[in-house]
Amino acid sequence: MLHTVNKSPFEKNSLDTCLRLAKSGSEILLLEDGVYAAVKGTVVEQKMLQALSDYSVYALGPDLKARGIEEDRLIDGIEVVGYDGFVDLAASSDRVQSWL
Amino acid sequence: MKFGILVNEGPYQHQASDTAFNFTKAALDKGHEIVRVFFYHDGVNNGTRLTTPPQDDRNIVNRWGELAKEYELDLVVCVAAAQRRGIVDADEAKRHGKDADNIAEGFHISGLGQLIEMGIKADRVMAFGD
Repeated sequence: MLHTVNKSPFEKNSLDTCLRLAKSGSEILLLEDGVYAAVKGTVVEQKMLQALSDYSVYALGPDLKARGIEEDRLIDGIEVVGYDGFVDLAASSDRVQSWL
Repeated sequence: MKFGILVNEGPYQHQASDTAFNFTKAALDKGHEIVRVFFYHDGVNNGTRLTTPPQDDRNIVNRWGELAKEYELDLVVCVAAAQRRGIVDADEAKRHGKDADNIAEGFHISGLGQLIEMGIKADRVMAFGD
């Protein structure tokens, strides 16, 4: 199952809600302001490292670029995808849940 | 695969309308089918032709209309949400005694039944919004 998070973890609790309820083995895509959770060295880094042991985590490339976040600043293990990758993730998952 | 697209946020607000558009375009490019794009809540503001962004900015409303024309997309604006926000077509304007209508080309006003039907017909419903 694909979960999407489009809010910054420093603004809303969408990411926390997602991590609390998503089943192990799910895919999580960070997009829009949600991509800030993918950056190394923030207060949510530990939470994301923990999440990476349970989930496959992706970040939307165009939204990283729009925010000036280079890929070398991302937490290891987070995969960058484009909109085509977003479509593939949605198509290959049996359900999609948007955490807004 | 059949996708249904739900847009719950207005244009130029955060980013949901852009993300929904880019997802829709990417899905079409990959050969997927878009059953419908349903605009709900503030998302109905995507459907006013009076939008006039600066020339160097994207025109979110026209962009939807152009994509709809190219791929024969069904762009549906929720009637109750639209009435509250002053989005009207000619019929609605007449019914409510308004002096103008403002629905953009390619969009049409309908009810929540269209959202339910989209959920039934689509393999996946993608929600974009706040």
